[in-house]
Amino acid sequence: MSDILVWLEQQSGAVAPVSWEVLSAARNVAGQLGVGVVAAAFGPGAQQIAQPAIERGADTVFVCEDDSLSVYRAEPFADLLSKLARDHGVKAIMAGATSAGRDVLALAAVDLDAGLIPDCTALTVADGKLKATRPVYAGKLISHLTCDSEPVLMSLRSRAFAASEPDVSRSGNVVKVDPATNADAIRVQVLGLEAAAGEVSLTDAAIIVSGGRGVNGPEGFEPVRVLASAVGGALGASRAAVDAGWIPYAHQVGQTGKTVSPDLYIACGISGAIQHLAGMRTSKVIVAINKDAEAPIFKLAQYGIVGDLFKIVPALSAEFEKRLK
Amino acid sequence: MHIVVCAKQTPSTTAVLAVANGKVTWSDPGGSPDIANPWDEYAVEEAIRLIEAHGGKITALSMGPEDAREALKTAIAMGCDDAVHITDSRMKGSDTLATSYVLAQAIKKLDDVDLVIFGRQAIDGDTAQTSMQVARRLGWTPLSFVAAVNEVDLAERTITVTRSIEAGRQKVKGPLPAALSVLKEINEPRYPSFKGIRKATKYMASDLQVWGVAELGADPSKVGSAGARVRWPEVFAPPPREGECTMIEADTPDGVAALLVSKLLEEKVL
Ligand SMILES: Cc1cc2nc3c(=O)[nH]c(=O)nc-3n(C[C@H](O)[C@H](O)[C@H](O)COP(=O)(O)OP(=O)(O)OC[C@H]3O[C@@H](n4cnc5c(N)ncnc54)[C@H](O)[C@@H]3O)c2cc1C
Ligand SMILES: Nc1ncnc2c1ncn2[C@@H]1O[C@H](COP(=O)(O)O)[C@@H](O)[C@H]1O
Repeated sequence: MSDILVWLEQQSGAVAPVSWEVLSAARNVAGQLGVGVVAAAFGPGAQQIAQPAIERGADTVFVCEDDSLSVYRAEPFADLLSKLARDHGVKAIMAGATSAGRDVLALAAVDLDAGLIPDCTALTVADGKLKATRPVYAGKLISHLTCDSEPVLMSLRSRAFAASEPDVSRSGNVVKVDPATNADAIRVQVLGLEAAAGEVSLTDAAIIVSGGRGVNGPEGFEPVRVLASAVGGALGASRAAVDAGWIPYAHQVGQTGKTVSPDLYIACGISGAIQHLAGMRTSKVIVAINKDAEAPIFKLAQYGIVGDLFKIVPALSAEFEKRLK
Repeated sequence: MHIVVCAKQTPSTTAVLAVANGKVTWSDPGGSPDIANPWDEYAVEEAIRLIEAHGGKITALSMGPEDAREALKTAIAMGCDDAVHITDSRMKGSDTLATSYVLAQAIKKLDDVDLVIFGRQAIDGDTAQTSMQVARRLGWTPLSFVAAVNEVDLAERTITVTRSIEAGRQKVKGPLPAALSVLKEINEPRYPSFKGIRKATKYMASDLQVWGVAELGADPSKVGSAGARVRWPEVFAPPPREGECTMIEADTPDGVAALLVSKLLEEKVL
């Protein structure tokens, strides 16, 4: 067989949003290639997502609920993914370009002596082969990539592919599989997890409101945070604000931070340095609020407001609260 | 302890890139067009701190064309003891599978390595996968997205690190030898001292080791375009973003807010 294998990232039955996007993208190209889609989900909760995966495009779902896979660890996950790929003989393996997705595919590519194309933003089929599009040099250039051999491994960027609606009429098989690694052979021990406190993940966010040096201090992030929550968005920051210690690094957008592509990006007090733009230039609509009419961010933005963010941002929060009710 | 740092030279973050006949070139009107990959400076810094705490030495490795030595020079200037430039015309056209093969061969040749540290990603290809592929090839503990090294226990031969992932900060422990990819939060890289820069200039001129396919005992069919699986036949500049910036103006902040929100609701981005 030469199906496309999709690794679904899940924890206790909660699926990473990008995984459904990947499954939809895989279904799309599988249709063009005339092949099927198999999915794999590991760890307790995997069984729960098998039916939803079928409804979203999988023909077969491999599940392994073994306790040794209850927390994600790169090696045993990659061991099992590589084994499934070998046993099944697949054309491609796809996963979301999350930290886990990138790791698992990197290890599996070595196991399978296969090509790996990370962080794809588009997929096409030409002459029966997959062709990927991905930004390189921090998005300053775009490249098209192909792979000489099968399987090809690909990680797909969050929000670059639309997740299709579930089709409840679809049916498929659920196959239980054993882990590929003995529990005692797993070398890495997880000692603890300090969960990211209830915040919207930047890479999955449809709306991001970011603050830069212009917020002028940790308190200055308050109005920005209020606006983010008024629009149900995530909170971002420029490196200047992070380096000043006003907000943790996890919020940094840009070349040495996160790459995001929300539907709406509101930049407050951010000048628009090339390294910041590298992380958010693919946002659908960009709004810039800056007191300097010459700030480079206005070259990229669709909507610009020249003014003091401490006046504009609270007014925007109030207006959104009123209009979004 | 012997730590290896893998580092590469990349175009500067402000470089202006051009593509002609599928070949990418760059220049930087504001400064040096070639720099040590910024992420790799965190890797060098972390290695120096670990050696300061535990004793031992650091070897910096870089695979790249003849003239790509900026990263090694920076590494020596910051405080690494040795540097190896891995270069061979046959290595041209490597993808990460081929690069990881070459780096793993070099680490095997060094023989007594306990830890190899990588930057999170190289800012040219932006792939962020070489480190974990090297780990897999060596069979070493793969630890990616490391935000802090909590403990290295040389007696017990273990390493404990904090990884920063989507779900939060995950603390994990595994056996040495290990391969790490590090994030910006891990440290604040030092600036090379004047003395360090002088030492690096001298080192690069007289002591730098250069290894090719032969020195590595590498299989030529696994390096460069022969070993690469991935091809990138087309590279081009993205189309410019369409449209001008519409300036929203009104007499009061409330007026501006009302106008903008109306526009955004019309665009259906909310
Ligand atoms: C290797 C490297 C990697 C980097 N990676 C990143 C990265 O990942 N992300 C990133 O963001 N940067 C990155 N940078 C840094 C980048 O070059 C800029 O220094 C940084 O983005 C500037 O942040 P800023 O726009 O907040 O600050 P500034 O450039 O200082 O801009 C602040 C802006 O706020 C405006 N302002 C001030 N007060 C107000 C007010 N009251 N109301 C409205 N506007 C106001 C000012 O007019 C100004 O335009 C990197 C740099 C290097 C060298
Ligand atoms: N040619 C190379 N020579 C040395 N180190 C490299 C090379 N390519 C990648 N690396 C290391 O691997 C990390 C990740 O690179 P990449 O997977 O290319 O994004 C970089 O930050 C470097 O530490």
